[in-house]
Amino acid sequence: MKKTLIAAALLATASAQTANAEDIKIGVFLGFTGAIESLVADMGPAAQLAIDEVSKSGALLDGSTVTWVRGDTTCTDSAAATASAERLITSDKVHAIVGGDCSGVTTAALQNVAMPNGTVMVSPSATSPALSTIEDNGLFFRTAPSDARQGVIVSDILNEKGIKEIALTYTNNDYGKGLAESIEKNYTESGGTVTINAAHEDGKGDYSSEVAALAAAGGEVLVVAGYIDQGGKAIIQASLDTGAFDTFYLPDGMVGDSLPEALGTDLDGSYGAAPGTDSEGAGIFAEMATAGGFKAGPFTAESYDAAALIMLAMQAAGSSESSKLKEKLMDVANAPGEKILPGELAKGLKILADGGEVDYVGASAVELIGAGESAGNYRQIAIEGGKLVTTGFR
Amino acid sequence: MPETVDMLNALVLFTNFVLIPGVTYGSQLALGALGVTLIYAVLRFSNFAHGDIMAFGTMITILVTWWLQSVGVSLGPLPTALLALPFGIAATVLLCLFIDRYVYRYYRSQKSRPVTFVMASLGVMFMVNGLVRFIIGADDQRFFDGERFIIKAREFKKMTGLNEGLAIKTTQGLTVVIALVLVVFVFWFLQRTRSGKAMRAYSDNEDLSLLSGIDPDKVVRTTWIMAAALTAIAGVLYGLDKSFKPFTYFQLLLPIFAAAIVGGIGQPVGAIVGGYVIAFSEMIVTYPYKKFWNYLAPDEWQTSSLLQLLSTEYKFAVSFMILVIVLLVRPTGIFKGKVY
Repeated sequence: MKKTLIAAALLATASAQTANAEDIKIGVFLGFTGAIESLVADMGPAAQLAIDEVSKSGALLDGSTVTWVRGDTTCTDSAAATASAERLITSDKVHAIVGGDCSGVTTAALQNVAMPNGTVMVSPSATSPALSTIEDNGLFFRTAPSDARQGVIVSDILNEKGIKEIALTYTNNDYGKGLAESIEKNYTESGGTVTINAAHEDGKGDYSSEVAALAAAGGEVLVVAGYIDQGGKAIIQASLDTGAFDTFYLPDGMVGDSLPEALGTDLDGSYGAAPGTDSEGAGIFAEMATAGGFKAGPFTAESYDAAALIMLAMQAAGSSESSKLKEKLMDVANAPGEKILPGELAKGLKILADGGEVDYVGASAVELIGAGESAGNYRQIAIEGGKLVTTGFR
Repeated sequence: MPETVDMLNALVLFTNFVLIPGVTYGSQLALGALGVTLIYAVLRFSNFAHGDIMAFGTMITILVTWWLQSVGVSLGPLPTALLALPFGIAATVLLCLFIDRYVYRYYRSQKSRPVTFVMASLGVMFMVNGLVRFIIGADDQRFFDGERFIIKAREFKKMTGLNEGLAIKTTQGLTVVIALVLVVFVFWFLQRTRSGKAMRAYSDNEDLSLLSGIDPDKVVRTTWIMAAALTAIAGVLYGLDKSFKPFTYFQLLLPIFAAAIVGGIGQPVGAIVGGYVIAFSEMIVTYPYKKFWNYLAPDEWQTSSLLQLLSTEYKFAVSFMILVIVLLVRPTGIFKGKVY
């Protein structure tokens, strides 16, 4: 009798422990195929790096393990993204999602799948201003800044340089259009003039007529809200060739070493800004990325941070349920609390387990504002001597 | 009456932004359309693989250019690619003859309908497309070197004291000169040489030409060689002026076919005219005439509106509207092309 009692008691404690320590699943919902597959090739591993780091530490929710499950957004096909999110949530039963990546598919997956199922989504790279005001039941967050913020940055930089008139061209999609509208709104409000706001299509054979239109409208600076390896570059090239513009403003999609490499010193004097920080976290993360076998490219820091925030919020809420962790996500991202850098996730989890508070800084110096989106840190660049140089952070 | 300076400014403005780019783009399209039209006239099908064969010829030229650059050979102010061009042409000719031998010859012997050829060329298109990406990748490649400009916009302003600059790139000059030479050569070849006459005879009436002892294999071979050479040259000139990206070359297929059809497919003159019509219609309809007008108009007529007929997003729509109108009003194209 005594033996049976002990056995029962043992069994009870054992089952109690397994009830606490669970196998948590997090969806990595990014465009592994499609328009930004080259970026996702590094963003995916970055998110997984954070998940593996926590899982190995055993510090989350009484030694729970965390595994990741991939889902493909395709970046552009909303129907495919919705189906993929449906599978992650209803069949793989993920507790929360890192993603999606592009603004259009993220909106579709959020409204069609995540909201009805009450699953938290933290996007590392959806920047459309429309996502700031979307009805989301408090389930949607992003570690990337809204392009509404970039519009302010662009307007500030142009005003500081004393520019009074700009011509604006954008790539004809959600990203380009949203960014162009934001730039035009902010710049006009601050007293500047936009002489023309014209779209261009990517992948065309000839951009002379676009450049002719921009040149005829005139302006001191041409703002090119496009892609660096697409129409954006071709427009800059043709503008330089015809002498239409000498100075260009380069938004986030145009900042990269390949542009001055291709165009040389002709581009000198142009400037721009892209998300980025000079924080301690960014340096640590770059080393972790190299050790992990991927590049710390665009939006990788944001991907790592998105996954880290989800797991820290789980710990703070004492539950892996989306409905609980969504309440804590802003708390762990912002002050007050101990500052947590990449690679220190276990330390953060311990502080939270002991009832303390953390202020997750992470790889992108993330600070969540408004409805749960990154305040946005931008690296200001200029082209000098045919090279991209960092001139400041804002 | 506007002052002479203003008139000159207006003229330079128009030349710089409409005339020069239009002539360059038109010449690029014309060379492409000439190749398409030759194949259509003699072999009687629309070669959809044209854009990708252009990419293939350019790719070989680029690879040879890089090799020449690495051993230190250059042409001074002219791009090294011109030295590499013969290799590109040779490779394209070989590729075309190879494809003809193993794909199209079979369908010719079967007396297949033109649509079968078109479908076969679609298959060839995907194959060459893959081959090019496999060898050089899908990225942008630049292979231009030498002097970039004949006249720079800033220097022109300083030289003339005008407000408006005029820029002529070396590649633009090269494109127009080479296109002109090639067009004259093609016409001379078709009108004056035996092979050219045989090609025209074969194109006009296949049975009759066979009866009069023309060797069909030779005609087909000559056609492929000429078309391949034109294709490779068009591709390299385009790549020098803009940049090389396989996807863009594939996209070029549309305006090239539009040019060939508008001009009258199967008609070499039509291909040339069609190329310029497509290029200039895009430019003229989407160009904002604000500055141009303000130079010429008297003070009280000055305007701040852009005076733009259509926004540049519609530039593809413009060429296709012309295509539709031509097909409705004059289905054979401007210069009575052949319709099988």
